[in-house]
Amino acid sequence: MIQADLNIILPEILLSVYAMLALLLAVYTGKDRLAAMLTWVTALVLVLIAAWIGLSGAGDNLAFDGMYHDDAFARFAKVVILLGGAAVLVMSQDYLSRRGLLRFEYPVLVVLATVGMMVMVSAADLMTLYMGLELQSLSLYVVAALRRDSVKSTEAGMKYFVLGALSSGLLLYGASLVYGFAGTTQFTGIIQAASDGHASLGLLFGLVFVISGLSFKISAVPFHMWTPDVYEGSPTPVTAFFATAPKMAAMGLFARVLHDAFGGVTADWQQIISLLAVLSMFVGAVAAIGQTNIKRLMAYSSIAHMGYAMMGLAAGTAFGVQALLIYMAIYVTMNVGTFAFIMSMEKDGQPVTDIKALNMYAKREPGKALAVLVLMFSLAGVPPMVGFFGKFYVLKAAYEAGLIWLAVLGVVASVIGAFYYIRIVYYMYFGEEGEALDKNRSPILWGFLMASAAAMLVGVVNLFGIESVAAAAAATLVN
Amino acid sequence: MIGIEHYLTVASALFVIGIFGLFLNRKNVIILLMSIELMLLSVNINLVAFSSFMGDLVGQVFTLFVLTVAAAEAAIGLAILVVFFRNRGTIDVEDVNVMKG
Repeated sequence: MIQADLNIILPEILLSVYAMLALLLAVYTGKDRLAAMLTWVTALVLVLIAAWIGLSGAGDNLAFDGMYHDDAFARFAKVVILLGGAAVLVMSQDYLSRRGLLRFEYPVLVVLATVGMMVMVSAADLMTLYMGLELQSLSLYVVAALRRDSVKSTEAGMKYFVLGALSSGLLLYGASLVYGFAGTTQFTGIIQAASDGHASLGLLFGLVFVISGLSFKISAVPFHMWTPDVYEGSPTPVTAFFATAPKMAAMGLFARVLHDAFGGVTADWQQIISLLAVLSMFVGAVAAIGQTNIKRLMAYSSIAHMGYAMMGLAAGTAFGVQALLIYMAIYVTMNVGTFAFIMSMEKDGQPVTDIKALNMYAKREPGKALAVLVLMFSLAGVPPMVGFFGKFYVLKAAYEAGLIWLAVLGVVASVIGAFYYIRIVYYMYFGEEGEALDKNRSPILWGFLMASAAAMLVGVVNLFGIESVAAAAAATLVN
Repeated sequence: MIGIEHYLTVASALFVIGIFGLFLNRKNVIILLMSIELMLLSVNINLVAFSSFMGDLVGQVFTLFVLTVAAAEAAIGLAILVVFFRNRGTIDVEDVNVMKG
């Protein structure tokens, strides 16, 4: 019995054991001299586990008396999370080494955060949910303050910690109310407690608290205030990590809670999620216009993107979840490429984050400028880039679920949002002549930028087949 | 007779005090940590009260998890506080303002 349970969580066990062994090995031998090697090995391990989960995972398995759920939905999210984490690790090695920031704890913390995220998307019980979320958050608080001697980085860590702890508190208070009024912490029990389409007042209170806690984690408006500061203050590779894997994990967890535990009262949470989606899209689009720091701009961009992804969630249908999964996979791919570019922006070896530094970039590096152009258009959702299809799917899901006003507002917000993406392209191609950025020196970053941009163009053909995989994944969650 | 509603009232009062402490406090980051702890402990009162009144042990198991995580969280919070203090030489909440957000 226990053997079968352990087999189901074997990937998580292997990763946690790997993290602890790596920590011990590094502490007792080379310390930070091992860091570069450890980063590469860790990325390799993450890719291997992703391949293993993606290729050999099958069926719908419940482990530990229904506390842990391994289904196609969880596997889809886990593969995206693991590949996103591995990509960020590979990209960060060179950047962090050159600035003396690459400590051996960094890859270990990334692995621990990844394990937390895998537990999150597989949670089938409020306790599993909480433990996964905290494992992820606690690791992320530390990596946000990775640059210990920088005021900005420690301030980012501090802000992230305080607001993250507040959100955990809200979520936990909601969980305690749900436990009290449903009589159980298991999602299967909670859905039965609200099976007649009617939830008691206490249960609804709990639901609202849980939604606000999770909204903090995905930085949906009005719980977004930490995002720009944390994105700006953290070292860029850490920001890249924040913008990719944890977003997928929190979205996966959100979908799991809403459908697995509260699938019977869709009408009750639909309005809340729609409102959060609209606010996120508009605040993300409008507030980004005035930003001159590209990391802050990407923070607002991620807020807006979370709004679109939540539109798929608000639909409350299997197609909506499918659209959400497709959107998040595309979002992670685009952000990996964009952050590969941001990491390569430097002048005299120092990182530059001012978008004015991109003036006339196209003249000096036409290849990279073209790749960034593709990525920016894709982020804005301009057809025929892949980003457009992500938006198309969520808009269609909202439309089919009868939320026509939401779809219309989504289109309006994406038109507003296109302004600041295209402004970057404008600077690169038509800006005034300014001081030049350094020539690119990292082939890895160049490779990720080009691969991501190419994916945005080539993926138009069939979205690399993720459509049917996402549909199968969504079908296991919503039934 | 003390019913479950009394426990829930105390817990919600503590929770609200914790949230207000987080937002109204303009003085010291350590007070933020205390407010966070207050919020988590009010949740524990909730869980134990429900658990006891329903005769279901799951709530108390949950409480143990929450306590453990709260300890880890406080440790990380204090560690971040220490590195912040080394850089700024102050832990006033009003001085956490290099970036405007």
